[in-house]
Amino acid sequence: MTRTGGYLDELEQDALTELVNIGVSRAAASLRKMIGHQVLLSVPALEIVSRTVAATLIREREGGDLVAVRQDFEGAFSGRALLIFPEANSLALVRAVTGDELDEAGVLEMEDEALSETGNVVLYGCLATMANMLKRPLEMSLPAVIRGDGQVLFELSDTDPSSTTGVVLFLYINFSVSGRDIRGYIAMLMDLPSIEALKVLIAEFLERIVGADAS
Amino acid sequence: MTTLLIVDDSKLARIVLGKAVAALQPEWTRVEAGNADEALARIADGAVDLAILDFNMPGRNGLDLAEELRAAHPSMPIALATANVQDEIIARARDADVSFIAKPVTEDSVRGFLSGAALKLRSTRT
Repeated sequence: MTRTGGYLDELEQDALTELVNIGVSRAAASLRKMIGHQVLLSVPALEIVSRTVAATLIREREGGDLVAVRQDFEGAFSGRALLIFPEANSLALVRAVTGDELDEAGVLEMEDEALSETGNVVLYGCLATMANMLKRPLEMSLPAVIRGDGQVLFELSDTDPSSTTGVVLFLYINFSVSGRDIRGYIAMLMDLPSIEALKVLIAEFLERIVGADAS
Repeated sequence: MTTLLIVDDSKLARIVLGKAVAALQPEWTRVEAGNADEALARIADGAVDLAILDFNMPGRNGLDLAEELRAAHPSMPIALATANVQDEIIARARDADVSFIAKPVTEDSVRGFLSGAALKLRSTRT
């Protein structure tokens, strides 16, 4: 599903989806190496919605408690990337990345570190591919593990009205791991100034690779 | 005359691939499809000699499509265009005799498949 309410035209949406698709596909191949099981991906969906709607979309998709690895990025465009999965899947993911070698206590002890490392591989891999294709460097924060519902993940504030009224570009891709009870999704959030900046970069990108055929 | 079918849900990806192919094989005719069903309909119309398929598409993915095409067209040169090079995907592609083209697509990444396919098509025609 793609709803961008006039902020991006058809070819810009198409280009952004394809960029993200290439980034996530590479990231999935890296994750495959870490966990030894095939990683299945959906086609990226892209929407421009209010933060409140984005949080609702998350809540509708996953009812229970969520765990996310968050990485903020900054550069020509800025935003937040999240690797999100149900809390109930978290330990299965930790077991998968640690090669089933740890006992229960070891798994719990390693949980946040393993999640950060996994998030870093996936999110950094995806963003770095996008940055390279758009030819703009992005600075990325260290991964942080957060727990809560959609509201917490997107840090909706009750006191700051702009946090709920501003629109965001909300991008998400479902993933699951073959033969393991692990599923979740990758989400990316960017605010309006970043959407404008991204439009310029996408136009340059299209000009570079497509040239006159773009129209 | 050689006709290449490009299957990708992204118009941009079809344009990029089309340009790379046009630079390397300017004589070839290029036709396009946006998903697996369109691709099968286009092939049923006839005259498609080879195909390059995107992997991650809504509906059936490119690997499923490749396996179906392979069953019906044992000698058709087929390539999968993807950045997703996981072992399971490589193994299935190899079993179906499907080549890989790395995304993002450049002239360099399609050159090997196109020249191999051109040779194969020439040898089956003579």
